[in-house]
Amino acid sequence: MEQAEPEASPRLGLDIDRKMQAAVPNSTGDTVFEVEDLNVYYGDFRAVQEATFTVYEHEITAMIGPSGCGKTTVLRCFNRMNDLIPIARVEGRLDFREVPIYDPRVDPVEVRRRIGMVFQKPNPFPKSIYDNIAFGPRVCGMAKKKSELDGIVEQSLNRAALWDEVKDRLKDSALGLSGGQQQRLCIARAIAVDPDVLLMDEPCSALDPIATARIEDLMQEIKNDYTIVIVTHNMQQAARISNRTAFFTAQLDSTTDQRCGLLVEYDRTETIFSNPSDERTENYVTGRFG
Amino acid sequence: MAKARLIGDRTNKMMVQAMERRATDVRGRVFQITLLVTLLISLFILGVLIVDVVVDAWGVLTGRPSGFLTGTMRSLSGDPKLGVQQALVGTFWIAVFVAVLAFPIGIGAAIWLEEYALKNRFTRFIELNIRNLAGVPSIVYGLLGLFLFVKSLGGLTGGKSIASAGITLAILVLPIVIITTQEAIRAVPQGLKEGAYGVGATKWTMIRSQVLPYAAPGIFTGTLLSMSRGIGEAAPLLLVGAVSGRLGSNPGFFDFSAINAEAFMAMPVIIVEWVQNSGRDPGFAEAAAAAIVVLLVFVILMNAAAIFLRNHFEKKRG
Amino acid sequence: MSDTRVNPAGGLTVQSLKANPRQARKERLIRDCLGGTALVSVLISGLIIWSLFSEAWTFMVEVDWGSVWDIGWFPRRGIYDIKTLIVASLIVTGIAMIVAGPLGLGAAIYLSEYARPGVRRTLKPILEILAGIPSVVLGFFALEWIAPNVVKTLFGGPAAGSLLAAGIGVGVLVVPLVASISEDAMKAVPMSLREASSGLGARKITTTIRVVLPAAVSGLMAAFIVAVSRALGETMVVFMAGGAAQTAVYTHDPLEGSLPLTAGMTSLARGTDSVVGEGLTFQSLFFVGLMLFVVTFALNVVADRFVHRVREQY
Repeated sequence: MEQAEPEASPRLGLDIDRKMQAAVPNSTGDTVFEVEDLNVYYGDFRAVQEATFTVYEHEITAMIGPSGCGKTTVLRCFNRMNDLIPIARVEGRLDFREVPIYDPRVDPVEVRRRIGMVFQKPNPFPKSIYDNIAFGPRVCGMAKKKSELDGIVEQSLNRAALWDEVKDRLKDSALGLSGGQQQRLCIARAIAVDPDVLLMDEPCSALDPIATARIEDLMQEIKNDYTIVIVTHNMQQAARISNRTAFFTAQLDSTTDQRCGLLVEYDRTETIFSNPSDERTENYVTGRFG
Repeated sequence: MAKARLIGDRTNKMMVQAMERRATDVRGRVFQITLLVTLLISLFILGVLIVDVVVDAWGVLTGRPSGFLTGTMRSLSGDPKLGVQQALVGTFWIAVFVAVLAFPIGIGAAIWLEEYALKNRFTRFIELNIRNLAGVPSIVYGLLGLFLFVKSLGGLTGGKSIASAGITLAILVLPIVIITTQEAIRAVPQGLKEGAYGVGATKWTMIRSQVLPYAAPGIFTGTLLSMSRGIGEAAPLLLVGAVSGRLGSNPGFFDFSAINAEAFMAMPVIIVEWVQNSGRDPGFAEAAAAAIVVLLVFVILMNAAAIFLRNHFEKKRG
Repeated sequence: MSDTRVNPAGGLTVQSLKANPRQARKERLIRDCLGGTALVSVLISGLIIWSLFSEAWTFMVEVDWGSVWDIGWFPRRGIYDIKTLIVASLIVTGIAMIVAGPLGLGAAIYLSEYARPGVRRTLKPILEILAGIPSVVLGFFALEWIAPNVVKTLFGGPAAGSLLAAGIGVGVLVVPLVASISEDAMKAVPMSLREASSGLGARKITTTIRVVLPAAVSGLMAAFIVAVSRALGETMVVFMAGGAAQTAVYTHDPLEGSLPLTAGMTSLARGTDSVVGEGLTFQSLFFVGLMLFVVTFALNVVADRFVHRVREQY
């Protein structure tokens, strides 16, 4: 991998405060998510412990780590998808463009309209390709006329690099597409409501390498318009595509004797992979555990 | 060495013996055949039942099929105007009550339990309650109908009317509708729900656009099963007071004034009635058999459709 | 966290993430309506218990308890011998289980362990059709076919209704119930247990009897209990083929006619068009109904426990 380049960015001290890590220099754009001391509980079980980091606009932020480290849980906090689990509880600060999205006045539905999500397993609706894309704009009341809706569908499929493959069979069932096409359809479906952020939960884990490469190219193209946060099992993928990487691990909580997700290190991707400040990160990215 | 050789020989021999024995595993064959026979006995009974009923009904059904369907209740089995029309009208209206009351309430309750209810003690109590209601003997529902709709609310329902009977049977099948709908809703993949939420659907939009369409075949199967249960059920109707003897009037299918009139008949009850009459007038046994054939046509068609639908979608969705 | 603070980039505020009030109202309304429909089931249970208790209470307070343990069931003469009904119910249920137990369990084992998928796909729906046959039809069948062809020829009983004919009829009725719950229980036994047993060289019969059946025992218990509850509550078969009308003298001979609990109630309602008879006739109906309700309720609760145990195990 890429730790062969020893010259990378200046090494951060091991004793560094996590809040300082969050304020990594050279941010290119505005802050999209500001996460501070985020704790997520499932009932009595603490799944994520005191995560603090910042997501910047027009960047791809990757979350990596071994299974059960809470990275998906954190991702699902960003658009309040955890609300669907009745016993899930979120503590700490999670601001989206300076608005605390766990404020009781905030409606999760409104949050999800601005923060789209692509899931691990492609989950097209059992409807036509057209209706899959049109679903979001319809429920959000975005298009008044059929022609507007047609425009949105074409544009979204274009952006997801799927238009040429499906333009002649928009009325066919989406379930007839290949796995990779289905996942691009899901990306198109997510961007059809013109979100600010795209959350991607291991979007390539169910796909073959060629389909994966296409999705990765697609992400590079659309990151100019969106901010992307991606969870991935695949370290190379994180290294290839992301600007920043958050490394999570599962740590045994001595008081409860349960494993709990912990954000070990957050930095520019080059740094994480070539010159990590934490020994655990280094062990993980060099393949010594995980 | 010699000893080892001896053991080897013996093992070898035993294995050969064992394998030969296995090839003719008599006990296993007998067991399997016995099991198959038990299953076939049940199916044989079903066959005998249908043949017996059809043979008994043959005379009536081939002799005057339309006369039997349009005829009314008579005191003699030889009466050429003897027939089941009043019973068909009653059963039709019972089906309407079941469809109008039990289906929406049952489906609504199932949606609430699966999609809205918190997994707390209260929800568990409601679910336990529904399972228990499903196990309450049908005759107890008859007592409820008798007490509540015939006596207490008699002014509203007209006492021993088709309205009382219809509401009672709607209540009877409600737990079945709820339980089958819950199962259908539970089978909806989580991915579909998350996909809808992910693009900003509200809960109800998600339910309407994803859950209900996906669960529709299962829900429809449940409604068919409960409808067939509802129109075949006799015991509660006897308590709610389907008439015995002669029914004076013969209301048409869409005679709304007859809904809360103090007299009604229904297919399962006319069968009981005629079976009882067969004691003094054996000809009624044939009429009862003919009525059974009419009832079975509806019930078996509905059940077969439900079973086919369920198997079809189970296979399609893996 | 001020509501009016405007973000320089997008101008996003808490306000703009608030729910659309009209939509929120609609969502709440739908939720409440659906919740209301779920409460209907609780209301129904309440009404059942209330109706049973209120009338049964009158009976229990006013009845001469000497008449509740007497020579037979003659409600219109003020003789409410519960023992006649209970014994008849037990006989019918016992016969039904003798019929349905082996038939249902055998069918279930065959379908779950032996039948090839194609065979299963054909046989199972037929069993399900049998499950859907209305009980009046079974009543007719018990009276017109089982009584003359089975009870008379095999047991030398009457060709007309008897407890034996009714019991066999009820048995046929609950076979599909026993089969389907037992089969579910056996299907829930993990494949790995069967593989482990076969891997040790056990034959199929040994695997089935020594491994699968013991593992599924909770579910099988549930099947039998549910079937007993169903048999006790079955009405039309015992009413039509039970061999007694309106009144019955105490008997424990299955070849004679008698009135099980449900048939006693039906006869009462059927005797005259109006159930309101002399004295406590009407109330006795609810008293018998209450007993039936309590017993079947207890059985169902126990069966439910067993089913849950299966779910927790696997």
